[in-house]
Amino acid sequence: MLYYTLKRLGLAGLVALTVSFISFGLLYISSDPAIAMAGETASDADIEAIRQLYGFDRPILVQYFDWLQRAMSGDLGKSYYFRTDVSALIAERLSTTMTLGVSAITFAIVLSVPLGVAAAIRPNSVIDRIALFLSVMGQALPSFWFALMLIVFLSVTFRLLPTSGSDTWQHFIMPTIVLGYYAAPAIMRLTRTGMLEVLSTDYIRTARAKGLRPRVVLFKHALRNAVIPVVSLTAVQFGFMLGGSIVVETIFALHGAGFLAWESITRNDLPTVQGLILVFSLFYIVLTFFADLLNAWLDPRIRIN
Amino acid sequence: MSEINSKTLESQTKSSVFRRRVFGHQGVMIGAAIVLAAVLIALSAPLIAPHDPYYQDLLNRLVPPVWDSRGSWEHILGTDHLGRDYLSRLIYGARISLLIGVGAALISGLIGTVLGVAAGYFGGRVDMVVTFMITVRLSMPVVLVALAVVAIVGGSLQVVIMVLGFLLWDRFAVVMRSSTLQIRSMDYVAAAQAVGCSTTRILTTEIMPNVVNNLIVIATLEIAHAIILEAALSFLGLGVQPPLPSWGLMVSEGKDMMLFEPWLITIPGVALFLLVLAINLLGDGARDITAPENRN
Repeated sequence: MLYYTLKRLGLAGLVALTVSFISFGLLYISSDPAIAMAGETASDADIEAIRQLYGFDRPILVQYFDWLQRAMSGDLGKSYYFRTDVSALIAERLSTTMTLGVSAITFAIVLSVPLGVAAAIRPNSVIDRIALFLSVMGQALPSFWFALMLIVFLSVTFRLLPTSGSDTWQHFIMPTIVLGYYAAPAIMRLTRTGMLEVLSTDYIRTARAKGLRPRVVLFKHALRNAVIPVVSLTAVQFGFMLGGSIVVETIFALHGAGFLAWESITRNDLPTVQGLILVFSLFYIVLTFFADLLNAWLDPRIRIN
Repeated sequence: MSEINSKTLESQTKSSVFRRRVFGHQGVMIGAAIVLAAVLIALSAPLIAPHDPYYQDLLNRLVPPVWDSRGSWEHILGTDHLGRDYLSRLIYGARISLLIGVGAALISGLIGTVLGVAAGYFGGRVDMVVTFMITVRLSMPVVLVALAVVAIVGGSLQVVIMVLGFLLWDRFAVVMRSSTLQIRSMDYVAAAQAVGCSTTRILTTEIMPNVVNNLIVIATLEIAHAIILEAALSFLGLGVQPPLPSWGLMVSEGKDMMLFEPWLITIPGVALFLLVLAINLLGDGARDITAPENRN
């Protein structure tokens, strides 16, 4: 287990390093920060002065290692727009996104796991059909459009919920539904296949044969084993949700990290965009790392290979 | 003589089994019908669109669709905030969605297939490198990276196709890698190696024909994925640029008036939903028919 942990840790570190290099390089080659900082009326001499002042004239690798070194100590530079520390800015906004992410993934699990189990108990039954129908529909629904339709119906027609902002818990209901439905189909399908597979194993037949009550067989013996792959998928989906939060937060004007990303991109605020790509990626890497460890701990076959 | 007969008989039964599976599959039939209609509409857009999708008639702005009491048959789906015919824009929008979906899937399919097949066939270090690349790609948030690149390079049809093409290859690579891995251990591949076939020949005549079914399934699902992402990017203002009639852009333009004229966002949204749903149904169905064991 220790060997496996170290190996996975090394891989995660390497992935993080590569991602940081790509996100730095991508924005480095595609834009000139000096021009962005100097503004539209600046002369060539001004731009050149800024370039030298901030060290933009140095080779890319030197700039990258400089940036990386500071990033490691938590310094992601200063935002061009807000004129404050990027790391402080992201940390401040991240709490809203985390609240949204956690409630959305909870919503997705509560919706999809019971539905997946029910569908697996009776394949091809009405419940199975409904579950399949919902997941096919869910996958085709564009989240930005779904969000707007919810606003039209729940806020305007029935006046149940506030349309935008992040002041009360009611402001989080619609964003949670929109972001949560997005992860639900995948979790539902995996729960269903996992349950179907486990229910056809010998030990379930044995458990049934020795006269255990169906409920005990289902929840104590089957679900525990079926849920293992669902755990890691949930972690992955949670990581993807951060990306999805950009669309959702922008529509509902929730001032989280996703909204910050959209703001910074439209304002050409390069350090903030770089910082956000790094933070979102790191978050995903850490999540999948822990999901892998959890899986290896639950299932010894994984850590031996 | 009898040999020939049994052969034709066999191929007949095979194709008839295939046909029965296709026509007996509800999802595939519904999906295929909608996709076919969308493709025909996109191809014949100049012939069937009742108006010029870019012509602004400022005296006839925000005319509601024909089912509204204020609507007229002149503009069946009404006009937008600049007086452009909504139906014509919707018809031309099908072109943009399909072009971006297919274009992005072609690029990402090429990248993903090359990487996946190489990893699956050669294994070892090649596999390690490709698996690492997939992990790196998965750790980067697609929407954020796509938005950032489009913002810097500038939004246009070509840019969106390229950006999505270079971002969405992960699923191709994962699936192609595992299917190649499966095929590589088959006896006929070992036989081809034993008689001295070149690697190129084995890859093109032994491996590719046997993984192409999976490739088609993933390509279909990725077309839908790209279409939905393009709409989201355009909706956020960092995708296809006005005045092009992208469906995502139409929703975005109608957003400010959605409280008074909800049809402005309902119509392009429903079109988007139906097209993506149909493509997904087709992809899921293709998987059921060609490789039922890969369901879910």
